[in-house]
Amino acid sequence: MNRQAQAAVLFLTGAALLHAGFTNLYLRYVKAGLQPLLLLSGGVLIAAALATVWYEWRGRRENRGDGHGHDHGDGHVHREPRVSWLLVLPLLALILVAPPALGSYSAMRTGTALQQPYGYNRLPASGPLDLTVVDYASRAVYDHGRSIDGRQIKVTGFVALDRSGSPYLVRMALNCCAADAQPVKIALTGTIPPVLQPDKWLQVSGTYTAKQTKDPVNNGPIPYFRVTAATPVPTPKDPYDESWNN
Amino acid sequence: MAITKAAPTGADSHEPVRGAPQPEEPTKVGQDNGSQDHGKQDSKSPLVLTMLLLLLVLLQGPIRGALSAPVMQSWMTVFVAVLVQALPFLVLGVLLSAAIAVFVPASFFARALPKRPVLAVPVAGLAGAVLPGCECASVPVAGALVRRGVTPAAALAFLLSAPAINPIVLTATAVAFPRNPEMVLARFVGSLLVACVMGWLWQRLGRTDWLRPPERPHYEGQSKGAAFWGSVRHDVMHAGGFLVIGAMAAATLKAVAPASWLRTAAENPLVAILALAILAVLLSICSEADAFVAASLTQFSLTAKLAFLVVGPMIDLKLFAMQAGTFGRGFALRFAPATFALAIAGAVLTGAVLL
Repeated sequence: MNRQAQAAVLFLTGAALLHAGFTNLYLRYVKAGLQPLLLLSGGVLIAAALATVWYEWRGRRENRGDGHGHDHGDGHVHREPRVSWLLVLPLLALILVAPPALGSYSAMRTGTALQQPYGYNRLPASGPLDLTVVDYASRAVYDHGRSIDGRQIKVTGFVALDRSGSPYLVRMALNCCAADAQPVKIALTGTIPPVLQPDKWLQVSGTYTAKQTKDPVNNGPIPYFRVTAATPVPTPKDPYDESWNN
Repeated sequence: MAITKAAPTGADSHEPVRGAPQPEEPTKVGQDNGSQDHGKQDSKSPLVLTMLLLLLVLLQGPIRGALSAPVMQSWMTVFVAVLVQALPFLVLGVLLSAAIAVFVPASFFARALPKRPVLAVPVAGLAGAVLPGCECASVPVAGALVRRGVTPAAALAFLLSAPAINPIVLTATAVAFPRNPEMVLARFVGSLLVACVMGWLWQRLGRTDWLRPPERPHYEGQSKGAAFWGSVRHDVMHAGGFLVIGAMAAATLKAVAPASWLRTAAENPLVAILALAILAVLLSICSEADAFVAASLTQFSLTAKLAFLVVGPMIDLKLFAMQAGTFGRGFALRFAPATFALAIAGAVLTGAVLL
């Protein structure tokens, strides 16, 4: 790969990182806290591309000006190995495809990652509760539903179906990037909508039930949720649960 | 690969940097910049790149269709995620390495590190604590240290310890194991121990010709700016390409391999340690996040989890690819298995004492 092509790849990679960082695209792949670093590295890559073009151009002009004294800046030296071409792949994946956040396929292949929390936030004394999947699951399993029993609850997550077709509401929890994302699952019971599309985001309303099951993948606990109503909702800005990062 | 350059102009631009290990065979000198026969093809690379991009934009529809299968989507998401997450740290490491190569005189390291390599190894290992990043940052920095004349044994100790013992990673470990604070100490001690032993081992057994002298243009005679950006460009293109290979391997494992075999492995304590060590190599998770994954492997013993945390930052698929790119394939093939074996031994030993 010669210098011009390298400059082009560096520039496009930097621009793709900036694009992902300025839109919410990056939240599909990494934690929110990485945004400043992402923008910074995008800027550095673009600067490296511009510097490459600048020194290349200046080198050529010098070579023309003073005969051929210097060999730097001459496009035939310092070529990078062919492995550099691979950098085109993530570029294409990010610009052309922009794959979605991890969904039901990964969720059903991985065991629930529910862990006992350090403690529970205080809930409002009255009115319906708006809980995350992780919050509901940990209160149901480790607090035996004490703080939520008998309350009207709303939970938002995406739908996943196991092999027998039983529905789960899932949220992927993430620590750094999607490679370490792990699902937390709630099994649904009660009035479930007749047709459920995997990966579609739902807000379910209903109540706590003491029923539990085990995740067949890792024997982790999966609490049930009694559904009274379900409404489709758009994919949230940050599709992952990042509460473990705090 | 190794073909002597015929063009006389290239000869003086490839003198290894002062103090760097000299290549045994002079034929290796022209390795990086390709030989005469594919020089012709390389001059067309902007054209090839443009054609490739155009073709892909035109074929967007069918390609999207083929990629919409859940396995492919999940593969692509993890692939992109590993790269988006690693690139900022790679860029950080590359900037640091360029700064070392251009602005820090070689004499600084001669003064900062003890003269005797036996002592330089633990000092360099401890110095790893100040590089706030994950393993992607440490490979280019270690490469720059070798080029700057730091004894390879010390640079390798730094390479192995930096991603595991810096404050960010240790804090993440403490957060992930709230009930086992001894895990943080065990990780620190175990990783530093393995890094130093590997450094001393290299000192005793290592041969300079295993370590490909990192080839690159020397920067004397260029302005500092040109040298700095030249180094940044070279390192990003080079290490980045290998990072892509590692990301592909990790994504394949995550999307295709079944997770249920882990449950069987957890039953036998020895198999459990080996299984998590291998998992750490295959998953190639960033060292800032691996503690959380280890914590979620609830069926496994603490020592097995420690093996996961000690092995992962030192050797994994992504790192192997990047080390092969920076130090040469011959080096990586010898260094990686030794690191793997020693890291497991170190983790078991530390686990027996501390956990």
